[in-house]
Amino acid sequence: MAEQNVKPLSLSPLWAWRRSPWKTPDFVLRLISPLVILCLWELASRAGLIPARIIAAPSAIAETLWTLIASGELGRHLLTSLQRAGLGLFIGVSIGTAAALVAGLSRRGEILLDSPMQMLRTIPSLALVPLFILWFGIGEFTKVALIVMGTTFPVYLNLFAGIRNIDPKLIEAAQTLGLTRRELIWHVILPGALPSFFVGLRYSLGISWLALVFVEQINTSAGLGYLASDARDFMRTDVIVICLLIYSLLGLLIDGIIRVLERFALAWRPSFIRN
Amino acid sequence: MTQRLSSPAEPAVRLRQVVRQFGPNRVIDGLDLDIAPGEFVALLGASGSGKTTLLRALAGLDRLDGGHLAVPEVRAAVFQEPRLMPWKKAWRNVALGVRAPNAKELAIQALTEVGLSHRLNAYPATLSGGEAQRVALARGLVREPKLLLLDEPFAALDALTRIRMHRLIIDLWQAHTPAVLLVTHDVDEAILLADRIIVLKEGRIAEAASVPLARPRDSSQAGFQALRKHLLSLLGVQVTAVAPETSASHALQEAAIEHAELRRVANG
Repeated sequence: MAEQNVKPLSLSPLWAWRRSPWKTPDFVLRLISPLVILCLWELASRAGLIPARIIAAPSAIAETLWTLIASGELGRHLLTSLQRAGLGLFIGVSIGTAAALVAGLSRRGEILLDSPMQMLRTIPSLALVPLFILWFGIGEFTKVALIVMGTTFPVYLNLFAGIRNIDPKLIEAAQTLGLTRRELIWHVILPGALPSFFVGLRYSLGISWLALVFVEQINTSAGLGYLASDARDFMRTDVIVICLLIYSLLGLLIDGIIRVLERFALAWRPSFIRN
Repeated sequence: MTQRLSSPAEPAVRLRQVVRQFGPNRVIDGLDLDIAPGEFVALLGASGSGKTTLLRALAGLDRLDGGHLAVPEVRAAVFQEPRLMPWKKAWRNVALGVRAPNAKELAIQALTEVGLSHRLNAYPATLSGGEAQRVALARGLVREPKLLLLDEPFAALDALTRIRMHRLIIDLWQAHTPAVLLVTHDVDEAILLADRIIVLKEGRIAEAASVPLARPRDSSQAGFQALRKHLLSLLGVQVTAVAPETSASHALQEAAIEHAELRRVANG
C-alpha cells in the first residue's frame, strides 16, 4: 500500500477510489473473501474433509455445469420452468389486474369481488395442492394453476389499494378541470396506482418462483425442480447446487427487469429524477 | 340549484341565501353575494368562518343545502397546494382537460405567460414551490375562465416568492379579466390585490369594504394602514399603535399586531 497514512473521509468507496486511481477498486477487494472461501472449499473437498454427498467440490460443480450446458439438458429444463412460471404469472397477474380494476373503480365491483378475493387470499396457495391434484390431476394444469393462485393476489391487493389511495386532492383538481370519468381514470387514477402495481408485481414474481420450485417436485419429467429432485435421488449435490445457482440468478435477472420497467414507467418519481 | 350565467350584463357570480351545514353546524348561513364580471374580490375570515366551504361550493366541489347559486360555466380553481399530477410534465399538466386541437400550443403559451417557458418538460417533483404554483395558475388560465377561484394560493410560499406571485396574479388578472375570488387570511394580501374585501364571520358577511387605493398598491399608500387596522379589528385583532407616519411607530404597530396575533393564536 503506497499511502497508508492517508485515510479518505468519504463514506462512498467509489468516490474514494476516484480520488486515488492507482488503488485497487473496492469491488475487486470485495471479491477476495468469496474467492478465499471458494478456494478453502475446493481444498477441503480434495483433502476429503467434505464428502461429495454433503456437497460437491466447486470444480466438480463447474464441470457438471459445463456438461449440462453443452448437452443442452440444462437449457431444456430451464425453458420448461420459465414457460411454466411465465404462463402462470401472466394469467395470475392478468386476473389480479382485471379484478383490481373492476373492484377499485366501481362500488358495485368492490361489493361483488372484494370479499371473495379477501377470503381466497388467506389460503396459502401451496396448501391447495391436494385439492388441485384431485381436481386437475398431476399434469401441467395443476402446476400452472398453483402458480396462478399464488400470483393473483399480490397484484390484486396492491393495485386495489393503489387505486383507492390516490390523493383525493388530485381527484378534486381533475374535477375542477372538467375531466370526464374516462379521462380521470386514464390520466389520474391509473398512473397514480402504477407504483402500487409494481409492488404487487414484484411480490408475484417472487411467489411464482417459489411456487415453481415446489410444483416441479410433483410428478414432472422436465424443469429445474425435476432436475433438482432427480439429483436428490442420485445424491448428485453438484446438480442441486447448480439448480440453486440458477434460481438465484434468475431471481436477480427478474429483479433487474422490473427495475428497468419501473425506471421507464415511473420516470416522474423523485427517486428516479435525482439519479 | 346551480345555474349557469352567460349574459355579460349579469354578475359573474350570484349567491342568494346560500346555506351549507354539517350536521347542526351552519358553516354558511344565508349568504348573499354578487361578483361583477372582471371584479377581484377577496374573502377574509378566521379559520372556520366558512370561506373555504364557500369557495368549494363555487368550484362545484361541494353541494349546498339551500339557497340559490349562479356561476359561470368556465371556472378554474387554484389551491394552496399546486395539485399537479406528479406523473405529467408541466405542459401536460396545463393541457390536461383542454379540448382544443392545439392544446399543447395553448399550454406552452400559458406557461410562457407565467414565466415558465424554460420548464415545459419538467416533472412537478423538480419544480420549486413557486414554480409549481405558477404551473397551477397556468393550468387555470389556459381555459380562459370567467371565474378564477384562489384558495390561499400563496400561503405555502416564502415571503419573497409571495411578493412576486402577487404581481403576477395582478398582471394575469388584468390581461385575462376573469372575476376573481381570493380566499385568504392575510389582510395585507387582500388589500394589495382586491377591488373589494368581504369579511366572513360565522358563515355570514360581517363587512364588505371597497378598496379605493390606486394600483399598483403598496403598504405605504395613504389609507392602507387605516383599512388594515379596520379589517384586523373585524377579525378580532386589536392594533394599538395609531400614528403610521413615522417609521418608528410603524415598527411599533407591526410589533403590536404581531403580539396580538400571537395572543390570538395562543388563545386558540
